[in-house]
Amino acid sequence: MKHFSNRYIFIFSTVMVIAVAALLSLAATLLQPAQERNLEIEKKKNMLESIGVSATRDNTVELYSKYITGSFVLNSEGEIVEDVDAFTVVLKNEQKKPLEEQYLPVFRAFPDDGEKLIILPVEGKGLWGPIYGYVSLRSDMNTIYGVNFDHKGETPGLGAEINTREFESMFPGKKLFDNENFISVQVHKGGADPSDMHGVDAISGGTITSKGLEKMLFDCLNKYNDYLLKNRI
Amino acid sequence: MSDHEKEPMFSAKSLKFFTAPLADNNPITVQVLGICSALAVTVKLKPAIVMALSVVIVTAVSNLVISAMRKYIPDRIRIIVQLVVIATMVILVDQLLKAYMFDVSKQLSVFVGLIITNCIIMGRLEAFAMANKPWPSFIDGLGNGAGYGLILIVVAFTRELFGSGTIYGYPVMEKIGAFRIGYENNGMIILPPMALILVGLIIWFHRSRNKTLIEKN
Repeated sequence: MKHFSNRYIFIFSTVMVIAVAALLSLAATLLQPAQERNLEIEKKKNMLESIGVSATRDNTVELYSKYITGSFVLNSEGEIVEDVDAFTVVLKNEQKKPLEEQYLPVFRAFPDDGEKLIILPVEGKGLWGPIYGYVSLRSDMNTIYGVNFDHKGETPGLGAEINTREFESMFPGKKLFDNENFISVQVHKGGADPSDMHGVDAISGGTITSKGLEKMLFDCLNKYNDYLLKNRI
Repeated sequence: MSDHEKEPMFSAKSLKFFTAPLADNNPITVQVLGICSALAVTVKLKPAIVMALSVVIVTAVSNLVISAMRKYIPDRIRIIVQLVVIATMVILVDQLLKAYMFDVSKQLSVFVGLIITNCIIMGRLEAFAMANKPWPSFIDGLGNGAGYGLILIVVAFTRELFGSGTIYGYPVMEKIGAFRIGYENNGMIILPPMALILVGLIIWFHRSRNKTLIEKN
């Protein structure tokens, strides 16, 4: 092996680091518009799935403008906040603020069956990272119409099962409230009683993700409590 | 390799660089490298296949790059240089996937990033690419990636079939009517320790077929 001087090593590493940094920042800058567009489409697609409309990447934008008819932002008192676009609210950032200052986005949707829905975004923690999703409620502001969950990096086959049809299909018809009391939906290890209006099966091997999902639903939906109670039928 | 004779590109020798890691010098069952990711991504066949392909590409290309640079890499910082090459490649691949193949990127999620920490890649750079010419290094990378992928796919196939009753998402057990005669999916198979036991069984089988692999103490 050839001997290299300290000077050579310094120059070598400096050049290497600068070259790699330039390459990576160039790639990041060039690819950013495409990546952001993907994320926007993904968000719209997830929202559509929570009302039972399955979209492909190509027709998502079109279907979104057809079914999602409006949106607004609430504060924790259940009052509408003016001049904030619900679509651009980043839930993760909101959750860091004190509750009184948080923006709570609500989306209105009208699926083909004529039901008037609202879609509420939720975000929480799974085992490895964030989990998030959308819950659509019927006009009684109590019954779940549909859900869509997704995750950043839960284990495939275990926690990642939260975004499968099998798991999500257990939610429609479940209730958030028992009379005036906010209960949300709980996950039950070993399976929930099908007649339980507030329970679904947990995922085997994905207990921490399931529990995180339960906490996410409770924490996020509870903030809409005032609004939901005021507007329920 | 110090000989400067011109060698044909697909000579028996370079073929051996590809075939040896598939069996008798398999990175998982013989060198026992890359076990951690073998446990994590083998619950379902699909992520296992995508992971296998990604590792083949990353191992082959980083072997090629390091081998081409080998005469200019100072010995004392070679590990850092190797890591920088691997990490750069993996980040680039990840960024490209996010921009142009969003669904695949979602499917792989954190595992793309974890390729950086796969010990097979650095093991090959250190053991092979630093001392060999670019072409054999490239072949060696392909072979080792494939050897890793082979075990991954075998383990994932078994775990998905007996753990979830499906193959590549297709409900095999349901279609052949296994559930009607009282068959049940084995929940234990989808937990990580079972992957370790399966890898152990493969190593056992492998060594019983090829006695030269058994260590003598």
